[in-house]
Amino acid sequence: MISYLGRRAAYMAATLVAISLVVFVIINLPPGDFVTALTAKYNVMGQGLTEADIAGLRVRYGLDGNVFEQYWHWVTQIVQGDLGTSFEYERPVADVIGPRLGATIGVSFVTLLVTWGLAFPIGVYSAVRQRSIGDYAVTTVGFLGLATPNFLIALVFIYFSVTWFGSVPSGLCSPEWCDSAWNLGKLLDLLGHLWIPMIVIGTGGVAGLVRIIRNNLLDELHRPYVTAARARGVPEKQLLRRYPLRVALNPFVSTIGWVLPMLLVGDIVVGQILGLPTLGPILLGALRSQDMYLAGSIIMILSAVTVIGTLISDLLLGWLDPRIRMGIHQN
Amino acid sequence: MDVKAGPSKTTEGIEETARPATASQSRLVWWAFKKHRLALVSAWILAGMMLVIVLCEFVAPFGSRHRDAEYTTAPPQVLKLWSDSGFGLHVDGYTSEQDPRSLRITYEANPEDRVDVGFFVKGEEYELFGFIPWDRHLIGPTDPDDPMYLWGTTTDGQDLLSQVVYATRVSASVGIIGVLLAFILGIVLGAISGYFGGWADNAIQRVIELIMSVPAIPLWLGFAAALPADMNPVTRYFIITTILALVAWTGLAREVRGRFLSLRREEFVTSARLDGSSHGRIMFRHMLPSFSSHIIAALSLSIPGMILAETALSWLGMGLRPPAVSWGVQLQDASKWSVLSGAPWLLIPGLCVVLVVLAFNFVGDGLRDAADPYKH
Repeated sequence: MISYLGRRAAYMAATLVAISLVVFVIINLPPGDFVTALTAKYNVMGQGLTEADIAGLRVRYGLDGNVFEQYWHWVTQIVQGDLGTSFEYERPVADVIGPRLGATIGVSFVTLLVTWGLAFPIGVYSAVRQRSIGDYAVTTVGFLGLATPNFLIALVFIYFSVTWFGSVPSGLCSPEWCDSAWNLGKLLDLLGHLWIPMIVIGTGGVAGLVRIIRNNLLDELHRPYVTAARARGVPEKQLLRRYPLRVALNPFVSTIGWVLPMLLVGDIVVGQILGLPTLGPILLGALRSQDMYLAGSIIMILSAVTVIGTLISDLLLGWLDPRIRMGIHQN
Repeated sequence: MDVKAGPSKTTEGIEETARPATASQSRLVWWAFKKHRLALVSAWILAGMMLVIVLCEFVAPFGSRHRDAEYTTAPPQVLKLWSDSGFGLHVDGYTSEQDPRSLRITYEANPEDRVDVGFFVKGEEYELFGFIPWDRHLIGPTDPDDPMYLWGTTTDGQDLLSQVVYATRVSASVGIIGVLLAFILGIVLGAISGYFGGWADNAIQRVIELIMSVPAIPLWLGFAAALPADMNPVTRYFIITTILALVAWTGLAREVRGRFLSLRREEFVTSARLDGSSHGRIMFRHMLPSFSSHIIAALSLSIPGMILAETALSWLGMGLRPPAVSWGVQLQDASKWSVLSGAPWLLIPGLCVVLVVLAFNFVGDGLRDAADPYKH
């Protein structure tokens, strides 16, 4: 187990380094660098920077020197917790991101739990009652859910909410509760706001998971050992619980890797429409105005969260399934 | 179809008595595919879509730049056959009314004002396939200046139906061209990985895992953000397509690798090698054709992801931009809730996305199940 853990952790580190390279490229793609953009901005505002200011800034951001030195400067700053400065907000990136990171992770985490909570029973039902009306309904809704972009679901939601209730529930809390301390009323208010982003962000994930669970369980249910156990008179429920369900749970864990990015991406799109205090809208704004330190940092954080999620799922899988832990491949 | 009586040999040399006929591989795949009802219907939908893409200037009632400032955000009209003035295909014209306070204009159908509609009517001139000058449109008002907006109009007063037709060409072709680009990368790297194995396989697999572990949309957004805003639409189209393809090739590469891996030790490969065929020839003349139906299925299944990605990117304003028109660009119109609440028809481009994505998925599923007709 320890060597498995070591291998996965080393792999995660390599992935993070590679991602940081890609993010560095993205930050440097737009023409000009941070300081030239800032100088231009100040010139427009009529307060030119002195040569000494500019030189100081260039040293501060490590912009002189070759590409490798620049990369190294940027990475070491990040490791020390300095993500650079936002051009738009003129504040350290960490200050802009900080307050929103919690909301992003919170919304994603709750959505993940709900996604699992819904997908598991639906997937199992759909597999056990294969070709029943319920199964057909689930499969149809699943296909639709996978084929519909989540911003479209959000738009449809908004349309019905405006025509029926005359308003759009936006943000994560109502104005009267936003600043109050935590109590039951605030919690209920939060839940009242949370269910819409959850449905919008989670639909794709639920549809994908249900499909995977259904397929896996169906594969398992037709194995000879199931037939053998049934022939010996093991009751259906016990039979299902004893082995097939446990095996079908494996991919459930391994999906953390892709469900998490899917939720975070859903947040980019949905946060925009519903006005959520999350990272998505900030990322979009930063990309639009080519505020690249901010955009790069957010992409880096989203990717890092994904990679860590994958690591957790790998470790859980290794713990659940000795074949994976020992590196034994099937077939 | 050449049907012979009695048992005969199939291409694999197995005695087959169940169906006393010989049939080529592609015919067997087709038979298997036909049984998948949904896939067959979807294939027809896609064929229709292809026709629309090729003939889009002819199918669209109005040109891509047509704009009618008199009718902005007008609701869809219903095609009718009968009215008081007699039989004939027509729609009702509009009466408009402006709210004095909100200045919002609402339109009502006006049965008094009959707009005659015909097939193959004369309208705006265009060049079919880019070189045949013509002025006929599949459907349109007999008087080209009359309003005939079957799916309503956009906030700019453009005919939504025509715009959706033009957008279909852009959005669907981003998917198809993007997948073809991804396919070239995927097949070359997948083939090398699966055929040679060893360190090349290892390296390529690690790269694929890396790319897969980074959330795709932020990556796409990051790259797309670097494109200058005033870029010419055609260049932008190709760059966006390439960006999508650069992230999407990994799944295809895995599929191809798996196939090469499982065929590597087959006798026909060994015999080709002993005959002195080059590696390239073995890979692409001997091995690849033996699973081409699987490849087509995989291609068909990867197009939806591409289309959805382009739609999301463009909707966010980071993909294609006006004057280019794609489904995502059109849906931007619908994202203000004050507009959307009064004009639900602006969501029609979204329905097109869902329909086309579903169709590609079903055709892909059908092909995948049919790809190996000897399986059962």
